[in-house]
Amino acid sequence: MTQQTEPAAPAQGAPPATATAPAPVVEMRGISIGFPGVKALDAVDFRMFPGEVHSLMGENGAGKSTLIKALTGVYGIDAGTITLAGERVSFAGPAQAQAAGISTVYQEVNLLPNLSVAENIMLGREPRRFGGIDWRAMRRRSAELLAGLGLDVDPWSLLGDHSLAVQQLIAIARAIDVNAKVLILDEPTSSLDADEVAELFRVIRSLKDQGVAILFVSHFLDQVYEICDRLTVLRNGQLVGEYLVDELLRIDLVQKMIGKELTALDDLEHRAHAAVVDETDAATFVSATKLGRRGAIEPADLPIAVGEVVGLAGLLGSGRTELARLLGGIDRADTGELAIHGEHVRLRSPRQAISKRIAFSSENRRDEGIVGELTVRDNIVLALQADRGWFRPIPKKKQDELAQSYIQALNIRPGNPDALVRNLSGGNQQKVLLARWLAIAPRLLILDEPTRGIDIGAKAEIQKLVFNLAENGMSVLFISAELEEVLRLSHRVVVLRDRNVVADLENDGLTVDSLLALIADGRVASDDEALDERAPAVAVAAVGSGAGREASAPAGSVADAGPTAPTTPTTEGDRS
Amino acid sequence: MTKLLEAPTTNHPPRPRRGTGPARTAPTGRGRRRPLAAALGVLTSPKYGPVTVTGLLFVAIFVIGGFRYRGFFSGQVFLNLFVDNAYLIVLAVGMTFVILTGGIDLSVGAVVALSGMIAASLLQTGWSPGVVIPLILVLTSILGLLVGLMIHVFKVQPFIATLAAMFLARGLCYVISQSSISITDPTFIQLAVSRIPLGAGLSITPSVIIALVVVGIAVWVLHGTRFGRTVYAIGGGEQSGLLMGLPVARTKVLVYVISGFCSGLAGVLFTFYTLSGYPLTAIGTELDAIAAVVIGGTLLTGGYGFVLGSVLGVLVLGVIQTIITFEGTLSSWWTKIFIGALLLVFIILQKVLTARRR
Repeated sequence: MTQQTEPAAPAQGAPPATATAPAPVVEMRGISIGFPGVKALDAVDFRMFPGEVHSLMGENGAGKSTLIKALTGVYGIDAGTITLAGERVSFAGPAQAQAAGISTVYQEVNLLPNLSVAENIMLGREPRRFGGIDWRAMRRRSAELLAGLGLDVDPWSLLGDHSLAVQQLIAIARAIDVNAKVLILDEPTSSLDADEVAELFRVIRSLKDQGVAILFVSHFLDQVYEICDRLTVLRNGQLVGEYLVDELLRIDLVQKMIGKELTALDDLEHRAHAAVVDETDAATFVSATKLGRRGAIEPADLPIAVGEVVGLAGLLGSGRTELARLLGGIDRADTGELAIHGEHVRLRSPRQAISKRIAFSSENRRDEGIVGELTVRDNIVLALQADRGWFRPIPKKKQDELAQSYIQALNIRPGNPDALVRNLSGGNQQKVLLARWLAIAPRLLILDEPTRGIDIGAKAEIQKLVFNLAENGMSVLFISAELEEVLRLSHRVVVLRDRNVVADLENDGLTVDSLLALIADGRVASDDEALDERAPAVAVAAVGSGAGREASAPAGSVADAGPTAPTTPTTEGDRS
Repeated sequence: MTKLLEAPTTNHPPRPRRGTGPARTAPTGRGRRRPLAAALGVLTSPKYGPVTVTGLLFVAIFVIGGFRYRGFFSGQVFLNLFVDNAYLIVLAVGMTFVILTGGIDLSVGAVVALSGMIAASLLQTGWSPGVVIPLILVLTSILGLLVGLMIHVFKVQPFIATLAAMFLARGLCYVISQSSISITDPTFIQLAVSRIPLGAGLSITPSVIIALVVVGIAVWVLHGTRFGRTVYAIGGGEQSGLLMGLPVARTKVLVYVISGFCSGLAGVLFTFYTLSGYPLTAIGTELDAIAAVVIGGTLLTGGYGFVLGSVLGVLVLGVIQTIITFEGTLSSWWTKIFIGALLLVFIILQKVLTARRR
């Protein structure tokens, strides 16, 4: 209650609103958790009130997931106390936490596609009769719960037959069935479209009215500001403070999250646009002519100049990833030609592409990118070692130097080359992946969704990096679902729609709206229909505009972290 | 078209979906659907597709056999599929539990031989069948428990753990005796020769009754109890099951106990059939059991499948064997070739059918 102060940031904390909420339902005090080599949480205080939507904010690696896992009993705590509804608790596992009324819906829907909707809701606490499961009662109960959420779903249908959005809501139905006091939604909106988010929010509001305390974790600032009442900010495993959403400006929130000014992005944008002029007569590095693959991408032309950043814009399934995969040699083209410096080549495998200095970084970071069980160092040297051949091992000392230089250049945290990559946060994993490809000194770097699911700070750093690489003469093919990001970084934007290239535009005065119009119906929209003033629900967009308002602020250290070093270890990339 | 037009009005860049690409908009089972579409829905469903195909295949083979050979199309030929394969049905039941969790049990054939050897040697020294049979079931269950604990506690691959158990059991057979031991116990002989008449000149053996009881219990356990649903849950996603608070560890160990128990029981039924214990017996039977389970529509990755499908799988193997017997001129090894081909076709079929959804 009121006597609780915020030790980590006493000056910044808003006074808790005691008028509406008499007593916190969850109170965590002085929580500390350490992993080998990392202090994940350091004496963090956290509390939630009933009937309130609370957001936990912070960069990747700030300790959000760890705090949630401490609350739900997945991790044991090294120090501190957890109080639930006035009673000291300590859970040995998620099952116990759930029984006590703390339920979690994870980012990846953790349900079972092979079982029915009803079972997914009731599994582990099925109504029983005569020693067996009472299927009729189970159906009735699950139908009630689904109806309570306003979901028109047949309880007997297979879960796997439903869209991810519906699965997410079914996960919530499961969570509230245990008469949840506390419902934790970890990145629930990351795979939902706008309508589905609205549906989710409707459910959240109705649960809130029923007095459930909801912890809503999201990267989307717009959504946080729309749905949340209160938020707690963490940074580097420490509490920054607890604030009422209404009293905290976005720009302030962002600054608290990353701990530094973020004017770098705006600056970057101007430079990117200024650079366009110089690139017009640059030599073409790679040129695709009528390159296509049946069922993936219709024949398309795509020239990329030396030092040019080409953005691919389009919906998922529009062929943007498919086109990139052809260039990266991941898939084979069945029509068309590819020329590098005017010389005709056929890419049959990624290996061939790499030998032509084309590196492809997949959007599927976890499965097609990092090797979680290996260390940061091993992950970084992997591509280089593969390129040299396995019979010419890179000396240990050289590996260390290489890893160390990239860790510093890309600001990879924790900066320990022996840390297992799977223990790193998403943004840092992405940086390791980038380091791996930069180590082979590519001429063309294909980045498929490099900033997806990572926090603002890391995003800014990666954008900055892309920009610097291009300035140093590397060609970049940049794919992102966030059009602002594509526009900010690209010299040229290629728009795809229904597996066709519909436009190839110089990034000169392009706007998100004109791109959206192209994506939607293949032509540039007239002004009146394109102008929708709502800011897209993208974190970086909010930051960009927020930072713009404070243009006088000094350039942040994010910009300074921009690495020029990655292009220098070319010696290591030299082949005999 | 309409879907794409929605994008600009929401002014929200479409978020990529996780996992399996574009939205899966499979039918939800409601609304009007044409019968053909409904049939296609069943066939491409990972849950019902493979087992439906197996059922159709069994009927087709049986009908073809009926047209081709005199005397094939009779009730007794059908019942003999059960009589001859009672032990395999029991094995397949145990294997179904294991494969549903995504595991595998390679030890069952050797355990069948071992329980036959234990039975034969103990009966030879004058033990009562009333003691020997329960003892075998307890011993093989304990072996299953050890395998399960090895898999769970030490995180050994099921393939390796059960391979070790297979060598252990096969080796123990030779420790008991290097040569065949015949069984002269009157109870066993009685069980071996007795037939239970079903009227109209049809009959089955006690083994068939036991096997069907096992099948019945297994169906109830898998579909009517929390344990059974947890078995499916583990196959569908072990991590998800853990996060849902299901007793994953206990269940994973228990399926190997069940498989061990079923192997022991199958061994006893097998001795009713052969009236002897022989260390080299039932070599490769574990593979027959796996084949039956897979042909019966259980996905090797776990999560989908039915015990009744596995029974159907055993019947398909049996009917192929019967056809080759009726053909007369073919070596019985042709059975293996057909089973091999069938297995290949089925696994490809599973891939093709379910890939359309994924």
